[in-house]
Amino acid sequence: MEKLCNSVVEKIRAICDKFGNKPGELINILHESQHTVGYLPMEVQAIIAEKLNIPVSRVYGVVTFYAFFTMVPKGKHPVSVCLGTACYVRGSEKILEEFKRTLGIDVGETTEDGRFSLDCLRCVGACGLAPVAMVGEKVYGHLNPADIKKIIKEFSQD
Amino acid sequence: MKQNISLIIDNHKVVVPEGTTILDAAKSIGIVIPTLCHMNLKGTCADNHPASCRVCVVEVKGRRNLAPACSTACTEGMEVKTSSIRVIRARKTVIELMLSDHPNECLTCPKSGKCELQAVTQHLSINETPYAGELSLRKKEMTASIIRNMDKCIYCRRCETMCNVYQTVGALGAVGRGFNTTIAPSFNKNLKDTDCTYCGQCVAVCPVGALTERTYTDQLIDDLENPEKTVIVQTAPAVRVALGEEFGNAPGSIVTGKLVAALKDLGFDYVFDTDFSADATIMEEGSELLERLTKFLNGDKKVPIPLMTSCCPAWVNFYEHNFPDLLNYPSTARSPQQMFGAIAKNYWAEKMNIPREKLVVVSVMPCLAKKFECQRPEFSTNGNPDVDYSITTRELATLIRRANINFETLPHMEFDNPLGESTGAAAIFGSTGGVLEAALRTAYELHTGKTLPKIDFDEVRGMDSLRTATIDFDGFALNVAIAYGLGNARKLMEEIRAGKSKYHVIEVMACPGGCIGGGGQPLHHGDFEVIKARQKAIYEEDKNMPLRKSHENKSIIEMYEKYFGKPLSEKAHALLHTHYSDKTIKY
Amino acid sequence: MKISSIEDLKKIREQASVHLKPREQGDHQDSSVCCGLKKGTPKIQILTCGGTGCKASQSHLISENFKKLIAENNLEGKVEVITTGCFGFCEKGPIVKIIPDNTFYTKVKPEDAEEIFKEHIVGGKRVNRLLYVDPKRKTTVSDSKHMDFYRKQVRIALRNCGLIDPEDILEYIGRDGYFALADCLLSRSPKAVIDEIKKSGLRGRGGGGFPTGLKWEIASKNQSKEKYVVCNADEGDPGAFMDRSIMEGDPNSIVEAMAICGYAIGASHGLVYIRAEYPLAVERLKIAIKQARELGLLGKKILGTSFSFDIDIRYGAGAFVCGEETALIHSMEGRRGEPTLKPPFPAESGYNGKPTNVNNVETFANIPIIINKGADWFSSIGSDRSKGTKVFALAGKINNVGLIEVPMGTTLREVIFDIGGGIKGGKQFKAVQTGGPSGGCLTEKHLDTPIDFDTLTAAGSMMGSGGMIVMDEDNCMVSVARFYLDFIVGESCGKCTPCRIGNKRMLEILDKIIAGDGTMQDLEKLKTLAGVIKDTALCGLGQTSPNPVLSTLSNFYDEYVEHVKDKKCRAKQCKALLTYMINPEKCIGCHACAIGCPAGAIEGVARKPHAIIFSKCIKCGMCMSRCKFKAVSVI
Repeated sequence: MEKLCNSVVEKIRAICDKFGNKPGELINILHESQHTVGYLPMEVQAIIAEKLNIPVSRVYGVVTFYAFFTMVPKGKHPVSVCLGTACYVRGSEKILEEFKRTLGIDVGETTEDGRFSLDCLRCVGACGLAPVAMVGEKVYGHLNPADIKKIIKEFSQD
Repeated sequence: MKQNISLIIDNHKVVVPEGTTILDAAKSIGIVIPTLCHMNLKGTCADNHPASCRVCVVEVKGRRNLAPACSTACTEGMEVKTSSIRVIRARKTVIELMLSDHPNECLTCPKSGKCELQAVTQHLSINETPYAGELSLRKKEMTASIIRNMDKCIYCRRCETMCNVYQTVGALGAVGRGFNTTIAPSFNKNLKDTDCTYCGQCVAVCPVGALTERTYTDQLIDDLENPEKTVIVQTAPAVRVALGEEFGNAPGSIVTGKLVAALKDLGFDYVFDTDFSADATIMEEGSELLERLTKFLNGDKKVPIPLMTSCCPAWVNFYEHNFPDLLNYPSTARSPQQMFGAIAKNYWAEKMNIPREKLVVVSVMPCLAKKFECQRPEFSTNGNPDVDYSITTRELATLIRRANINFETLPHMEFDNPLGESTGAAAIFGSTGGVLEAALRTAYELHTGKTLPKIDFDEVRGMDSLRTATIDFDGFALNVAIAYGLGNARKLMEEIRAGKSKYHVIEVMACPGGCIGGGGQPLHHGDFEVIKARQKAIYEEDKNMPLRKSHENKSIIEMYEKYFGKPLSEKAHALLHTHYSDKTIKY
Repeated sequence: MKISSIEDLKKIREQASVHLKPREQGDHQDSSVCCGLKKGTPKIQILTCGGTGCKASQSHLISENFKKLIAENNLEGKVEVITTGCFGFCEKGPIVKIIPDNTFYTKVKPEDAEEIFKEHIVGGKRVNRLLYVDPKRKTTVSDSKHMDFYRKQVRIALRNCGLIDPEDILEYIGRDGYFALADCLLSRSPKAVIDEIKKSGLRGRGGGGFPTGLKWEIASKNQSKEKYVVCNADEGDPGAFMDRSIMEGDPNSIVEAMAICGYAIGASHGLVYIRAEYPLAVERLKIAIKQARELGLLGKKILGTSFSFDIDIRYGAGAFVCGEETALIHSMEGRRGEPTLKPPFPAESGYNGKPTNVNNVETFANIPIIINKGADWFSSIGSDRSKGTKVFALAGKINNVGLIEVPMGTTLREVIFDIGGGIKGGKQFKAVQTGGPSGGCLTEKHLDTPIDFDTLTAAGSMMGSGGMIVMDEDNCMVSVARFYLDFIVGESCGKCTPCRIGNKRMLEILDKIIAGDGTMQDLEKLKTLAGVIKDTALCGLGQTSPNPVLSTLSNFYDEYVEHVKDKKCRAKQCKALLTYMINPEKCIGCHACAIGCPAGAIEGVARKPHAIIFSKCIKCGMCMSRCKFKAVSVI
């Protein structure tokens, strides 16, 4: 396993301290840690467990329960396809299929070059624009399977 | 004062105290509602009631849905139906669903015949599996002590409760969610890479074949058949008060004589007793206690007090993993199993002129951690372990059955000597409080030179999971604590860490009630009364012994005279003591 | 500054009303005359929607552009840009509203700001191309109150959304905000507050419909010194965004209501459990809490009374089941969000084992106005057993996607065809799904059902939190059932057997049917499993999880049978049951389909009719969407 650098370790410890090292704050701590590191590797979870004086298995149990937490680094451009009902009835499944095919990865995976990762979301809240997908923070609405290649191309350069 | 509540279950009027569950109320009038996830070892904190398997659902008049009997409290005037068509259909479907995500390899499953899922399936006469589909992704793994075959897991979470709430080890926990939820160590690692103590309580409570002990019976048969080898056996004190249950005897039956006879029938060359080495343990540990206490009373502030017992291998694993800063507190005395191995392969082997590599030492233990313990490298010489392997009470029962030995008609036989002689002090090692009491008996007399006015230390006996007492140690007020369950032990250790412990001696055993409730014992199926009956038998056994103090054991006296000199001698340190190391897991 | 009396509140309200009055009046007065600086309008307000939906279409850039223009023209004192919460009419977003003439611009792009500014703000002439066109009358409508979408709505919970700046507590106070709290603290006993809520007939808007006043009463009776008020803002239904919009548009109403609840039940701690996926709502809520603290409306000894109350935020982390209150509480405690059996109810043993009252966002949003206007006023709205209004997120194959609020008892037909403007693209209405994954699909025959808690349940669906998804003839109901079940399987916590394995097996059966391998026996199995799961699952979510299957089985049984017996999907959605064909008479051989085909399943030479190689076809439909000549068909 890749070792975390000391500054990251210190940051995680500081996050735990900020929340008073309380086990009840585990989810808040995980949110901030993931925000800091980008994902929640084993070592981060072990540090949190140690600081909160709880078994690592409890931290891991929580991390694997909630969809928001990930132990895999996301791509540079995370793609999220909304699979909320409004998007679904307007054909979001086909959008997802097209992203899968274009990127050559499945949901939850990251492309080999680390540029893109693919995920599903429950609802972006832009139901008026359904079907919707996001690349990073940018929202694309009224999508058609034919649009996907173009969108990926937009991000393939940088 | 709890009020009484009256309700109707299947047309019978029942009166129960407030707070009683429908399950218990039904049981009180002989109606048995099937359960799977429910487990409550009353009196310990081993209480698992997630109400999640949904096998115990019943119909409660006025409720929209079926209610889980295990976790629904009775209310005044409640009308319950425990076996209406609606209930039976629901139960059947729930079990059918479980079977649809189960390997259904009953024929070759080690739990077959004792499996609670199998029993409920039969009870509901389910003869086909209408649902089928993807099987959830789960892991198989084998350690020195425990086999995890999580394909068979029904997610009752009893093991999780034992590991986290009861033992506070936290090796196992719920992982993932939905269909692929499983109980696993963090990061799906193997148990050997976790803080698992191999206490085996997860195995003891698993209703199905997901968690089982690693068996060494086939290896044992090979060794017994091998004419080149001398195979000797030692049996732990808790085995003789539980083995009978495997053969239909009531819990608490003492079957020592038959046990010896059965082992002889199986072909062991010598049948010895771990009680012998338990007496040796007391000689060493008792002397260590006296040594430390004397220094302590002389004002030595550095001497580690309290002394903690170190007989329980799960407990040893626990402090090596969790309290590396306190490793000087536990006694350095090896456990009786390991003392026996060291004595057998040195003192006795020399005496008998048997080369070490031709001598096989087997132990019969109520315990799974013992399997791990005998594989520890510090307990072997040139790769040859002092104890070759350990089998459980359950494995022994299997062997006896397989060898077509009729347990009922076996004669009562005596242990071989010299490693079969023992005292009542050793007999009580199997119960919580027993090791401490045995140590007190010897330490008192060695210390004061006086005879104990009363052998029984009633103040340290009992079944509460954390007990304390102050003993008049010839004018000195000796504070003692007795804990079973590593969660209780953790509390005591944290007091020491905080410098707040007021105790001089602490006894710890990992399992409910001590070794009598060990992970290798006949399954109690959640009935704590079984363990209480075994405890009663243990004290009965003690009372019946002619000698009841370890230092009066003649063979022990002889061994010290001829071999070790005296307790804590250099030779005793080399063979009968051990050292501990920091085993904290690094991620 | 700290507010220490009702007089202080009144002073703020008066100051704020200068800004608010023109906006409030817009909803009542005639607005046919267009305002403009050149026409002598002294002051103009530009309201832009700052909800998540409109922000996704860059509404924040519209505001920026307006602000730039105002600065460039030195009109700071005369023209003001206010970012509000959601207007509701998401279909037409981003929305820009001009006050005082109440002009409602739709689908505004950032670059349109300049035109609106020059033509309207300065010149006094409406930009007609950005006005809403009434689809029935084909005429432009400038004022939202004349639009069908708004005409039948009664906005109580959404009273401030799209009207005030949610990041300014003073505007909230200007709308009688915190007067209800002051009234409770200064002149009502906790019991009187609970009685008022009980009398109002308010029922929990999170789905279950439990009487709110009763819930408060149970919590109040517990003698514990430490109690908690929890706001459930873990809006999990896919396609529902009511709670988010309220928090984004009117966060102070939640803060005030939680404090009122705290006073009523005797709690001094409040916790908002909110989805981490709602960054904007979180931000606005944080601002509201901070501002309320600054004004002394949260914190110690509020308004000089002995009542202290403060609010913390806890984040969800992506688990639908955490909408269930016991799961939510475990999640707030830093644990896996697994539900536990009730009883004990949270009112007895909740957060950290203390009595806890959990209400949903929309429920709370109703509280201050009930206190201000009285239980009688509230209970005069709505139906017999369901009082007040309900907010719905109207989405799917409907013309007017958006957030609406209607009195309980409004019929589905009114909502779908009047407010919602009917089905998109002139297609046939097929079904409406309410209640999210716990609800069911209702059909044509239910359209005249008045919507309330009990009627929807009786019809085999449920109110749920208020998602309302409309489906047309192109939606396969077997696939819709599968969609919801797939969601449930993905979101099941896995704790109890029926939900963990039962729903998985049901999903597998549906997959089998969709793949054309279903049997009539499978339909029976679905019914049995659905019944048992309903009867035995541990939590409310598990118990309602078979509803989408049960309701489609009962309302669209023919469609299931068609899939099973005829191997046909009438909505042409189930790939395995479809065949794509190219009509050689229509195909001109432009090759567009072949270029687009990801499977290389189309062959043909240029300018000659092409053909699909069936063995290679993956039935993605790409050819059909690329063909400009309608030559590709599917059967």
